[in-house]
Amino acid sequence: MVLLKIKFTQQRRVHLAQGLWLLSWMAVLWGGVIFFLGVYLKTELLRRAEVMDNTEIHVVPNILMMVGLASICTNWVASRVCQDSMDSTRFPRWKVPLLAWFAVSAVLCCLLIAVVVLSYALQGSLEQSLKVGLRNGIRFYKDTDVPGRCFQKETIDRLQMEFLCCGNDNFKDWFEVQWVSNRYLDFTSKDVKDRIRSNVDGRYLLDGVPFSCCNPTSPRPCLRYHLTDNNAHFSYDYQSEELNLYSRGCRQALTDYYMELMNATGPGVVSVIFIQLSVLLSLRYLQTAVETAMVLEDPEGDSEGYLLEKGVKETIEDLKTNALTILKFGQVDPDAAEGSSEAADIEKDEKDAPPTPAS
Amino acid sequence: MVVGKLTFTKPEREKLAKVLWLLNWISVLTGAILFSLGLFLKVEIERWQEVMSEGILYVPHMLITTGLAACCINFLGGKICLDCTDTNKFLRWKLVMMPYIICTLFFTSCILAGALMCYSVRSQLEDSLALGLRNAMRYYKDTDTPGRCYLKKTLDLLQIQFQCCGNSRYQDWFQVQWISNRYLDMTSSSVVDRLRSNVEGKYLTEGVPFSCCSTLSPRPCIQQQVGDRSPHFNYDQRSQQLNLWRRGCRQALMDHYTGIMQSIGLTVLLIWLFELLVLTGVRYLQTAMENVLRLGDPDSEVDGWILENSLAETARSNFDIIKNMGKCYQVDNDPNINIPTAAEQEVPSRQLRIPVTS
Repeated sequence: MVLLKIKFTQQRRVHLAQGLWLLSWMAVLWGGVIFFLGVYLKTELLRRAEVMDNTEIHVVPNILMMVGLASICTNWVASRVCQDSMDSTRFPRWKVPLLAWFAVSAVLCCLLIAVVVLSYALQGSLEQSLKVGLRNGIRFYKDTDVPGRCFQKETIDRLQMEFLCCGNDNFKDWFEVQWVSNRYLDFTSKDVKDRIRSNVDGRYLLDGVPFSCCNPTSPRPCLRYHLTDNNAHFSYDYQSEELNLYSRGCRQALTDYYMELMNATGPGVVSVIFIQLSVLLSLRYLQTAVETAMVLEDPEGDSEGYLLEKGVKETIEDLKTNALTILKFGQVDPDAAEGSSEAADIEKDEKDAPPTPAS
Repeated sequence: MVVGKLTFTKPEREKLAKVLWLLNWISVLTGAILFSLGLFLKVEIERWQEVMSEGILYVPHMLITTGLAACCINFLGGKICLDCTDTNKFLRWKLVMMPYIICTLFFTSCILAGALMCYSVRSQLEDSLALGLRNAMRYYKDTDTPGRCYLKKTLDLLQIQFQCCGNSRYQDWFQVQWISNRYLDMTSSSVVDRLRSNVEGKYLTEGVPFSCCSTLSPRPCIQQQVGDRSPHFNYDQRSQQLNLWRRGCRQALMDHYTGIMQSIGLTVLLIWLFELLVLTGVRYLQTAMENVLRLGDPDSEVDGWILENSLAETARSNFDIIKNMGKCYQVDNDPNINIPTAAEQEVPSRQLRIPVTS
């Protein structure tokens, strides 16, 4: 039972070859687009690598780049097959490579679907990575004299100003960390000594934030220190003050940014899946139609194209037995010896059987 | 004396026409480039329009209009040049050619004017920025006044993006009251003292807004009492240098816009040279085709030139034409005036004496 049979005249075969040639070049273009999307996503992730703890999320752009390149190559091969399909001398050499091509193409489609799934599944991992990275950044903000951490202040300041965010979850994260280095604290001052004594670990904590948390849209000049003290500033209420600092946390801001980026690449990836599938199906039809035509007495006549020669189940079983045969190729087969002796017995029985009444 | 004479055989004329057709289409493309450059410059200027006291928008507007004109004129030129390969089709365009060439000459000089404007607008931009920034700093605190409420946000974003502070330097903020009276506790003695010590009753401090803070500083930003070293611990010369942005915003914006306009000016100059080349080619083609028509033989070899007479003679003859255009309705040169006619030469009519017979 042939799967999805379609009749092809010579004219239709030619049209199919031409259409498929165009489609495969379009697929090459889209493969290039996917590759560049992957490169862009990777550069964006690398730019903020300093506030990320692990690189698990990098698997998404890596797969995109790989699939993009592979798609360019496979679809270029498809276009060459189309060109050769109208020439009966050149087409037979593609018989075996085409099987490999179908396998590679199917793998590419699966990888693309995996990318779409992964970009949603890895959101939690991205958030966790950012949480740890930002926590470290805020903790080492003051260590501008320690090699290996001296860039954290500039990184966090630039990040907060660019993404309009403050702290990890919100600006109160800065209250729990000593972000003013001891180098700039006057230890003879009473105020400093009191603060340090009141803290269990001997850290200088204050209810203040760095300047990069300030919101430019606020109507009043930025209030950065003594934020919880309503009396420290004129006409100030800590609970109702909204515009003074950025209210969003940087973890949320960065996660939203990257999710938006990956969602934007979503439609591109989905359309590449569709294009690749249509190239796959069309090439299969072209292959079977041209092969059937070559076998006929009249190569210019009508032929039938199909997806699978036998039904799905039978094709799978065929593939299984083929694979097993290839695997058992080198083994001495005891079953074969038994089978041949059985066959000999059957022959003997036939010989011994009484002759047919005809004789 | 002919200026720039060249001889053209028939195949050379046809080749010239084809090449000019292609060049005209490339010119349509460069016209589109000119248009988009003007648009880009317009968007860039409008982004920081609020800190400029007067607009320099006439520069991008000039570029936009010449870009559009280039597209239209060169599109027409392409059509004309395509028809010039055939003498019969050229007859259609014969009368249009001269006005077309004059128009192209005019708009090519407009392109040159646009390019030169990009370079010459620098001093006007500097004055405009100096005044605009001074006003913006003065109205920084007026976030409750309609028309000025966004100046604080604009100035803060400007200082953050361009990494600058104040007009020429950060000390400009010391001369301006940038904290609104709404947020000053008028009952506090320190505030009242400060207000009284100032002639105009302004609250001036040695402080700067947060947007002046430099991200490159190793220590948390010091915004208050910036000039004074003693209130801050371990505040040495180097800390002071790195604490705030040192550059003035006027200089930062000047550098930004000068860079953009220099590159745009260079591109426009190159486009102008290309247009000049196309114009010269079209002029040669026009004169060659006209000579073909004059000689009557389409296959003959003809001369083409830029100017039939020398530059001085052409200028003089054109000047005469313009002079005489104005004398259209004056009767000085009418040959029939002031020559006595036969009727006038008659002696005034005698009175006929009719003899009375009775």
